[in-house]
Amino acid sequence: MTSTSIIDSALQRSRRSFLKSGLAGGAALMAGSAAARAAGDPLITEIQDWNRYPGDGVDAAPYGQPSQFEAEVVRRDVPWLTADPISSINFTPLHELDGIITPNGLCFERHHGGKAVIAPADHRIIINGMVDTPLVFTMEDLKRFPRENRIYFLECAANSGMEWRGAQLNGCQFTHGMVHCVMYTGVPLRYLLAEAGVKPGGSWLLAEGADASAMTRSIPMDKALDDCLVAFKMNGEALRPEQGYPVRLVVPGWEGNMWVKWLRRLEVGDAPWAQREETSKYTDLMPDGKARRHTFLMDVKSVITSPSPQAPVTHGKGPLVITGLAWSGGGRISRVDVTIDGGRNWRTARIDGPSLPKALHRFYLEIDWDGSEMFLQSRAIDEDGYVQPTKDALRAVRGVNSIYHNNGIQTWQVRTDGMVENVEIS
Amino acid sequence: AAHGVLHLGRPATADEVAAWDIDVRPDGLGLPAGQGTVAQGETIFAEQCASCHGDFGEGAGRWPVLAGGQDTLTRERPVKTIGSYWPYLSTVYDYVRRAMPFGNARSLSDDDVYALTAYVLYLNDIVTDEDFELSKDNFSQARLPNEDNFIEDDRKSEPGMADKTEPCMSNCMAEPAGVSMRAAVLDVTPDADNED
Repeated sequence: MTSTSIIDSALQRSRRSFLKSGLAGGAALMAGSAAARAAGDPLITEIQDWNRYPGDGVDAAPYGQPSQFEAEVVRRDVPWLTADPISSINFTPLHELDGIITPNGLCFERHHGGKAVIAPADHRIIINGMVDTPLVFTMEDLKRFPRENRIYFLECAANSGMEWRGAQLNGCQFTHGMVHCVMYTGVPLRYLLAEAGVKPGGSWLLAEGADASAMTRSIPMDKALDDCLVAFKMNGEALRPEQGYPVRLVVPGWEGNMWVKWLRRLEVGDAPWAQREETSKYTDLMPDGKARRHTFLMDVKSVITSPSPQAPVTHGKGPLVITGLAWSGGGRISRVDVTIDGGRNWRTARIDGPSLPKALHRFYLEIDWDGSEMFLQSRAIDEDGYVQPTKDALRAVRGVNSIYHNNGIQTWQVRTDGMVENVEIS
Repeated sequence: AAHGVLHLGRPATADEVAAWDIDVRPDGLGLPAGQGTVAQGETIFAEQCASCHGDFGEGAGRWPVLAGGQDTLTRERPVKTIGSYWPYLSTVYDYVRRAMPFGNARSLSDDDVYALTAYVLYLNDIVTDEDFELSKDNFSQARLPNEDNFIEDDRKSEPGMADKTEPCMSNCMAEPAGVSMRAAVLDVTPDADNED
């Protein structure tokens, strides 16, 4: 019996006993109410301000913000990671989120020339190179193409990159928070290319941004024609400026660097361009001194988001919800296993919510915590049968200097006092 | 003009394409006319680049190192520079022209970029003559030392990736897990090159 079916059957039992007790139970409650007034939780027994005085009206917040009591649920950065905050990274607060959709204002940011500010009326997209007719599109033009709505994760190639040499940052926001997942609305890239007419031999596409880094990446034409989107909405509203407003490229399942923001140009060619972001950066150095290039796909990965170092167990023994995220650039997640003893024994967790290809999946394992030390891990398996590896298995092949593509299994040590730490175990 | 299926957008003019299409490929496609010498590059570098990258490309503070690091790629702490790591000189020209100096991109002339590229070759001991002039004509003769050390993505051939068998579910280890490393030290700064 799974944990939820345990809860469901317990609820059924209590419903039956309530019906049996009938009116007698209700009368007993009324008789006891006078005595109960003498003591109890003052939040209940005393009238609270919010119950007496009206709150803000509907005109107070034309664009609403989260509750003031959620002020800690914010993107965070680690200043020592980069030389400056303009070409830098911040992190999604995964430990505070649930479900599979990331709120727009919490989606991590990665810029190379800061956040470009572009009025939509001033934005242009050019398609040139090996095409029949080089074209210019305005945003107005773009919004006349047929649209698609798709939910995808975007993971930075460097997510978990600081952990190659061992446990370093204490919290899944920092170890795994270069990922977000939203619903994009946009135009299939192949529709734009069809307007220009790709010439025979056009096998690569260069995507370029309009920001001060003029970000560029080479993308194989097969991928461009498959599932890439030119997106102008996220979670129903316009892209956030830091996510590429007014328009960005969506490259499902592939490393975030390729999702060019402030997209202004698409060039068709017959070979990759070997741009800075696919030679100096986003190449993966191996122990023999060679480096892999064109490591586009983000492999199967997962992390337990709670409990985690920023989300310790504060309620003591008893029912405990273990939850986390799993994703794969290869497609859907078919299974997530969770261990509480560092990998000696595993239980298959419950995936709840939509299971969509190349999107975050939410998993849960409900346990009865006895208060003893735990070593929590999650292990995802995708629909192609790829099993998330341990960090040691990755290091055995790749060493510790590849920077990118660390999808190794994460371990959290839950101590008897409920505090949680990022550890490596052996 | 009629184009495509939905006939949206309009043909781009040659000037419009030329204004934005500044990319340069390893085979030299996209190189503009122009030239510059090591000596000219040294002057521009001192004025425009050295405050971040150091007089000799050694990098100031946390800013990127552009020169040196040869034969460090198999070491514990590799130093990945243009001379030690980058495969193609075209990337130097392209990236400097599109994105440098940081904070004032697109401010260098095509000749400036040839001169700076020549100077970067000099800083990396790839050319030794201060009078060396790099131009569109001789550009493709200059090769970087690490060109042959890049391989296509072969992750799927790794043993762990290739093995799709059902993973162990119970009694997978003989001994209880022990902690071998903790995230206790938060002030460990990664290598400058490990920053993204």
